Amino acid sequence: MGQPNKDNDLVLDIAGLSIVSLHQHGAQPLLKGLTLRLRRGEILGLIGESGAGKSTLGLAALGYQRTGCKYDKGVVRFDNLLLHSGDEKTLSSLRGVRMAYVAQSAAAAFNPVHRLGAQITEAARCQAALSRREAERRMVSLFRRFDLPEPERFGDRFPHQASGGQLQRAMIVMAMLCEPQLIVFDEPTTALDVTTQIEVLATIKRNIRAHSATSALYITHDLAVVAQVADRIMVLKDGMLVEENDTKALLTKPQRPYTKELLSVYQVGRKRGGGKKKGRGVLLRGEGLDASYGDGARILEDVSFGVSEYEVLGVVGESGSGKSTLARVVTGLLPSREGSLWLGGEVLPRRLKRRSKEQLRRVQLVSQIPDTALNPRQKIGEALGRPLSYFFPQRTQAERERRLGELLSSCELDSRLTNAFPAELSGGQKQRVCIARALAAEPDIIVCDEITSALDRLIAKGIVNLMLELQEKLGMAYIFISHDLGLVRAISDDMMVMQGGKILSYGAASGIEKSEDAYTQKLLRSVPQMRVGWLDEVLQKRG
Amino acid sequence: MAVFRLLATRVFWGVVCLWVISVLIFSATELLPGDLASVVFGQAKTPEAVESLRKELGLDRPPQERYLEWLAAAARFDFGRSLATQRPISQLIGKRLQRTLLLALTTACMAVPLALLVGMLCTLWRDSTFDRAVNAAAIVVISPPEFFTGYFLAFFFAVKLGWFPAVMLTTPSMSFAEIVHAIFLPCVTLLFACFGHMMRLTRAALISVLEDPYIETARLKGLSNRRILLVHALPNAIAPIANVVVINLAYLVVGVIVVETVFNYPGLGKLMVDSISSRDIPVIQACSLIFATTYIVLNLTADLISLLANPKLRHAVAT
Repeated sequence: MGQPNKDNDLVLDIAGLSIVSLHQHGAQPLLKGLTLRLRRGEILGLIGESGAGKSTLGLAALGYQRTGCKYDKGVVRFDNLLLHSGDEKTLSSLRGVRMAYVAQSAAAAFNPVHRLGAQITEAARCQAALSRREAERRMVSLFRRFDLPEPERFGDRFPHQASGGQLQRAMIVMAMLCEPQLIVFDEPTTALDVTTQIEVLATIKRNIRAHSATSALYITHDLAVVAQVADRIMVLKDGMLVEENDTKALLTKPQRPYTKELLSVYQVGRKRGGGKKKGRGVLLRGEGLDASYGDGARILEDVSFGVSEYEVLGVVGESGSGKSTLARVVTGLLPSREGSLWLGGEVLPRRLKRRSKEQLRRVQLVSQIPDTALNPRQKIGEALGRPLSYFFPQRTQAERERRLGELLSSCELDSRLTNAFPAELSGGQKQRVCIARALAAEPDIIVCDEITSALDRLIAKGIVNLMLELQEKLGMAYIFISHDLGLVRAISDDMMVMQGGKILSYGAASGIEKSEDAYTQKLLRSVPQMRVGWLDEVLQKRG
Repeated sequence: MAVFRLLATRVFWGVVCLWVISVLIFSATELLPGDLASVVFGQAKTPEAVESLRKELGLDRPPQERYLEWLAAAARFDFGRSLATQRPISQLIGKRLQRTLLLALTTACMAVPLALLVGMLCTLWRDSTFDRAVNAAAIVVISPPEFFTGYFLAFFFAVKLGWFPAVMLTTPSMSFAEIVHAIFLPCVTLLFACFGHMMRLTRAALISVLEDPYIETARLKGLSNRRILLVHALPNAIAPIANVVVINLAYLVVGVIVVETVFNYPGLGKLMVDSISSRDIPVIQACSLIFATTYIVLNLTADLISLLANPKLRHAVAT
């Protein structure tokens, strides 16, 4: 099959590859003539935002197309075999043995009804690449190398008996079992908390980079992450190559504006000084808050905080830290069991139903996923009109219309969108509508619960900047909840770090690195930094 | 363990359900105009005769008392005597229940494996001519009511072609092959009624599982389509499939009423229909209770299968 390569070191050679997605209205290009070369032992980073075609490219490297996607033209050559025209039988015999895939969410990518060990050794056994005993022996030794608990018995667990980080490492074990020539990592750490991410990154770095026979494609939207593992980076946008360079050169001397933009997402911050805040009263105060769902375990334990006017209180924590529960308690969606809330000088009732209209108006919420926060059958104008007529019934129709226009323009939305349904909007636009809806109530404080985590970095940056501009203009306070420590630290006045429902450290955001709390320090160390060698330094420090 | 607690809860509610049904059955017959005594005498009743029979049957006692007595007896499979024949109902039912179960089980043995197999093949060859043809055929045979299908089949295969009998009579001396031959047409009628439903839901359940991310993982491990379907998709589709299969099994036992009448088959369904026309109330009560129990037991089985198919319930999270 195919002509022999001149370059014997070339594992993967993709030339002019085009792939289209099939729609009712014809074909839409996903990849537009992409060319990629991967040498033996090399790790190539593919970076881009959603829709860039990086997953499509990664899967095409394995000769695989998702349902609804179709090969158009170009060549995919793997070790002198033509994959784009290969029959299923040839491809099947390569997959799992000579080339492997590590999916984004290992929790979803493992079959829930089978034990991990059986799934990990399955490809090797079914394709008779290894004997069962040999496969199991290798699996256990990889478990041991990857620091998985009880390596001898870890394979007996079902997926739900392992944590997210363990599953992701188990998935890498599965990929590496037959010592493949190519591994495609598709956002392998995106679904993980930062402290878990660093473990998985370390695993990849130690084991793949050390293993010169294995090459890898590393797909991610996070430049700081890919900078730690990749030798070379390709930046993709809309199915085309934007820029390609060695990792170090790309980070330090980006050529294209889009690459520069991607690099700049790590630089958000507030222009204003901290001085303005002085002399202002405490707006919202919580004391000794305890909360749980039903009679279950306590999700919040003795949480106290205060937010002044025109202040941003950042709340940082990993999944299960109770940070979203705090948002629910503050907004009254989940009445706290113990403790109390004050808004201005008055007690804020725990239950939503007990709160007065005025209290409801003053505290607004913007949540993580705008899709579920907007009624799909309500036009944008109706969604925004509702708080206007509910909170300000005394205003005339003309006043409300004018206000609606103001809200849209202040959130940088086209006024024609009033007649659109949520489905017609992009993710970023939808989140802007949610922000506009919160603003419609003219609140004193907005609780922002992970408002950027469902969005691409560039769009998220736009949202954060918008929030900061609005604050500058309107002067309300924010409780800004996020898992992204770097972001929270950059925009908050005060911040608190939560874990297991407790506050571990609380104080000025500028002084967070001085915190004596061990977990806070670990979190600070785990946030990837946009420079080559950051991971090595962290690992070295740990010894 | 979590599974046992869940199971115990399900069984408890099953029993409660059964009890509620027994109350309903008893009170429904109680509410019918005229009691047993007046029914027995029909047009020729004299008040004295009715009164003496009422005493004899114990109908002059309060209904709660009679309900408890009836329930206690029913729990020991003693349903009293039939008014029409004066024979013990348990004797009457025993044989007929056997015949009904024979019909239902024979149908189930054909329908369930066939529906699962065809459902899987349709999934494997999704959108192929086979898939389309089978789906269209399933709709066609499931749509007409059973009495229509039954008479239609009887007309062609019994009257026109003479291959199978139109009326089923089974005797203890018949060999197995003869019995199958005798009950073939009603079996096929029932099969038509439930096959399409099971097949289409098996296909739908499997296709929905095939969208899951772990199926893509399996494909990228280079596994064969057959292995992906059988080893990776099927175990995850067991709960919905078990549910539809069990609902159809319950339907087979309960739904035989129409088919037994069409083919004049002396099963439980036919007995119930006959008892209704002769107002043999104790028999109606007994049959209803048996049908209800079947339904509840089968549904419990579906719950049990779904619970056991879920590894999260079978294996607790490791600590």
